[in-house]
This record gives sequence, C-alpha cells and structure tokens, in this order.
Amino acid sequence: MKRFDLIIVGAGPSGLSAAIEAAKRGLDVVVFDENEKPGGQLFKQIHKFFGSKEHRAKVRGFVIGEQLLKEADEAGVKVVLNATVIGLYQDKEVVVKIGEEISHYKGDSIIIATGAAENMVTFPGWTLPGVIGAGAAQTMMNLHGVLPGKKVLMLGSGNVGLVVSFQLLQCGCEVVALVDAAPRVGGYGVHAAKVARTGVPFFLSHTIVKAEGDEAVSGVTIAEVDDKFQFIPGTEKHFDVDTICLAVGLSPMSQLLKMAGAKMEDNPRRGGQVPICDEYGRTSIEGVFVAGDVSGIEEASSAMIEGRMAGIVAAEYLGYIEKEELDSKLKELDCALDGLRQGMFAPSNRGKAIEKTEEGIDISTNLLKKGYIADDEIERFPGITHRKGIHPVIECTQNIPCNPCQDACPKKCISIGENITSLPIVLQDCDCINCGMCVASCSGQAIFLVDEDCGDGTATVTLPYEFLPIPAEGTKGIALGRDGNKVCEATVVSVKTAKAFDKTNLLTMRIPKEYAMSARFFKAEEA
Amino acid sequence: MAERIVEHPILGVQEKGRKVSFFFDGKEYEGFEGEPIAAALKANDVMIHRYTKKEHKPRGIFCAIGRCTDCVMIVNGVPNVRTCITALEEGMVVKTQYGVSEKPFEEQ
Repeated sequence: MKRFDLIIVGAGPSGLSAAIEAAKRGLDVVVFDENEKPGGQLFKQIHKFFGSKEHRAKVRGFVIGEQLLKEADEAGVKVVLNATVIGLYQDKEVVVKIGEEISHYKGDSIIIATGAAENMVTFPGWTLPGVIGAGAAQTMMNLHGVLPGKKVLMLGSGNVGLVVSFQLLQCGCEVVALVDAAPRVGGYGVHAAKVARTGVPFFLSHTIVKAEGDEAVSGVTIAEVDDKFQFIPGTEKHFDVDTICLAVGLSPMSQLLKMAGAKMEDNPRRGGQVPICDEYGRTSIEGVFVAGDVSGIEEASSAMIEGRMAGIVAAEYLGYIEKEELDSKLKELDCALDGLRQGMFAPSNRGKAIEKTEEGIDISTNLLKKGYIADDEIERFPGITHRKGIHPVIECTQNIPCNPCQDACPKKCISIGENITSLPIVLQDCDCINCGMCVASCSGQAIFLVDEDCGDGTATVTLPYEFLPIPAEGTKGIALGRDGNKVCEATVVSVKTAKAFDKTNLLTMRIPKEYAMSARFFKAEEA
Repeated sequence: MAERIVEHPILGVQEKGRKVSFFFDGKEYEGFEGEPIAAALKANDVMIHRYTKKEHKPRGIFCAIGRCTDCVMIVNGVPNVRTCITALEEGMVVKTQYGVSEKPFEEQ
C-alpha cells in the first residue's frame, strides 16, 4: 500500500489550491479526481469573476483554471485522473478505483474537496430527454461545443441559473423564460439584469407544472404559486421549448466523510449534510480536513481560499511548518475570505430579505421581481450621475464584494473606497476619456458610458457586448431597455475590441437623446 | 435541433479531435474523436439514449458529468456505458439500450 503525506480527493478549485500550498511546503501530495480533466467546474465558467485583485477578480473562470493548473504543475503536485475514491476508512486508508483496478493508499493526512452535486426537482415529465441540469448545459456548450437546445426554459434564478442563461444566449440559444418558485431573484442583480435586458422574461413565484412531449421535451407549462408554493389555478403559461434546464441549488458531496465517521450535521444554510469542522476545515477526525463546497455551498473564489487554508493546516499538522508560519498565513487568508463573505449575499445573510443597501438606499424591488431595475428606480443609486460629455453610468445597486471598476479607470473617476461591498460612485470632477476600461472590467456588465447630449439631438451609449456576430459600424437596429423591450431605433457607431477588454466588446450606439438613460442593449434589425 | 457551436464569443473556435464515423443503431454518423459519445449524438439530434426496464420510458442526457447514469447505452456490445463521459472512437458501435438489452422490448 503506497503512502503519501497528503491525499486530496477532488482536483477542483479547492483541492488544487490545497495541493499547491502543501506541495510548496515539502509535502508529498497526490490528488485523485474521478474526471478525465482536472479543474472541477472552473473550465465551464466563462464569465468574469467577482471580488478584488487578490481573488483574481475580472478574470474569467476558465482562465483561473489554467492558472491554477500551471501553479500546481510548478509546485510538483501529482494529479491522478479517472480515479474515483470509493472509500475512506480508519487510519486514513483511501480506496481508489482507477480504470478497472481498485488500489489502496494510506495518507498521513487527508483533504476532502469533493465539491457539490446539483439538486433536482421533480414534476410530471421531468425524466423526459431534454430536461437537463444547468451543469449539463454548461458542460455541453462550454466544454464540448454542442448546443444544449434551441429553445430553453431555465428553472432557478440563483447565480447558476442566471449565469447559465446568459451563457445559453451567448452561444445562440433562445431562453424563453427564467422561472423561480421563490418570490425574489436569488442571484446577483447584475447577473439578472444582463439577462433581462436581452429580452428574457422573468417569472418569479412560478414553477413548472409539467414538461410536455412523448419521446422528448416539446413544451412546458408553468404556473404561479402562492406563499405556500401551491399552484394558483388559472395562472398557467405555456412555452414551446426543446430543453428545460434545472438550476435549483447544490448539495455538498460529503458521503466520504460520513463513511469515515466524521461528525456530520444537517445544515440547510450550508446546503445539506456537511461535516462539522472549524473555520480552517479541521473535521472531527484528526488529520482529515475539508475545503470548498463539500463543507458548505459557496462559490469558486472562496473555495480556492479554503483550499489554501486546508493545505497549510495539513502542512502544520504533519510538522512541515511551524505554528508561527501557520498563524501568519491563515491571518492573511482570513482577510481575503472575509472580503468575499461581505455584503447582501454573504452566507450569514442567506434567506434574509434585505430591503436597504449599506448606504441606506432602498433596494430595487423590480430587480428582485423582474430581473431589471425600473426606470423610476435607477436614479437613486450613487453610480448614476449626469453631466455634459461622456461619463460612466454605473448600474451597480446591490452590495456585493467586487471592486475591479475602481482600479480600471486610468483617471481615477470611480471610487468604491475601503469597503469592498460599497456601491461604486462616479467622482464629481471626473475627467472621463472614453477609454472603456470600466465597462470591460465590470464582471456584472453594469457599467455604461453615456453621452447624454451630443448636440444634434442624439445621445450615445457604450455597452458591454459579448455576443456574435459583432455588428458592423453603421448597422441599424433597435435599442432595448433594461426590461428587454424596444425603446427606440439605434445605429451602431463603433464596436471596440482590445486585448485589455478580454473578449468584452464595447458597442457604442447612437439613439435619440431622450432615451440616453433607458436604452441599455442593442439588437440588430432582423431581416 | 441541436447543433455545434462554430464560433463562441468568449471561447472562440474550439479545438476538436479528428472527424470520425461511428454507428448508432446501425446508421453511420460523424463525430469528433475523443469527445463524449453523448456530445456526438446530441450534435446529430439524437435525444433518446435508452428506455427504462419497467415502464419503457425514454431517457437522455441529464447531468452530463457521469453521475446520474441516465445516458447509458450499449457501446461495442457492453451495456450501461455512461456515454457522457466515454470518449468517442472511430467505428464505435452505439446502440439504444432497452432495459439492459439491445433488443427492443417486443423482441425480448
């Protein structure tokens, strides 16, 4: 039986991060992963991440994945793929199935970083081909380049449902509706807004009555639910779709820990059955640690920090580093993790209805109900300013831990301040040079450059545009409002692309000036 | 219905293995070597991978990461192969699975 200093189960963001920290400190580390490729779900994430520089904010998920793999390689981490860990026994014995062979390994320490699995909901017809998990949609379109469907209904308005809906739009699918039984949008408002302004209708307090079709999905009926989640008769709505995508949450894959005899708890705030552990991932079994979603559902950025923590804790447990190094390093990582766990969507706020921002401004209720900020709500947010000439308009209205816009502006026009969750403000004496760096840097695609009055009765709006085909200069079309409805005619003035924008194209459209504060998306005229 | 993404606004043109042919229920199809069998089938508009043993209900791709086993088929004579995580090879023989057999129920 081969022995390792540290055996890690799962080569996703937390497992790889743990492996890197441990290997850098001299531990002999192996990582087992059941998949064909390492990186977990990172390679399916094509949006720019939130946070600050230390969290690799504004870098796209798959690029973070590549960086992590390179770092692991340089640290000498050994990753064994197609290796399913099927058992964790006394004295940290790990049983792994590699191909058709079962092998036994002994770890002096173990980190379980198995992540989470998608939840499902059942309804008549839910087993029909064409009903898929949101993760399956991501896998098909972003890894294998195959469209998951042509017309899709998304169930679930958490960040997964919102982000995957946008990804479906990006690869050319039609998203007919975004549906959630909850009364409020669960994910970030900025993710909802970028989906809503393309014309996707949101149906909150609605869920699926049935999926239709004999051999595969051909349609779906949804209906409104009351506050006890019972269908309200007469509210049914039908859509012709070929695909129904389910994004109804994640559950920790903690079975190995239970098997090993770790003390577990059923904690809905952490997503289900989770091991009882301290803030650095120490479970009730000495030398067995956890990191990432397996110990509570969050997201990849915090999983990477938790992984680093667990790797360092394991190094200290085995005597590879002194307590002083452990403490100082953990302190640093604590700060980084705290930064991500701030704001409206912090784990401590889960399930609470937040009505005001930290600044005391009323949250947009329309954003929570319909996915977009109503025209009569937008002016109250501090990122919305008016002046002569081109200037940024920042439609960031919820306190989330994210600040790339502040660093992006070479003229220092945008300020978030010390508190990473504060709403960005545009400084009064700002000298905007129309470079577009703020627009491209905003992970939420919530910044626009607006010239409210060009002097000839028109205005220009520059918006982030991550779709194909890129419309040519002079293309005529329609401008859509935040709600995705037509507000006016529009002409494309320019589409700027640059390496620094990282695939976020900057589309500038000319519109009648009275629509400067309502036109937020461009759609080419259909021939 | 389903199609391949030719160019993606963020991922660009995705690299694929060489084009190979394979058989699905006796008919020849094209796919790319190394991609999951399920991806090749999806790109060819195949939605039904199997029918359940008791109620004869159709099943297709569900999780696409090898967990749910909804997409299992008979591959080169072996039943219960998870097509979403099994790489396509030249000349592979893929068949709809009825229960655990390649024979339709009326012939079983």
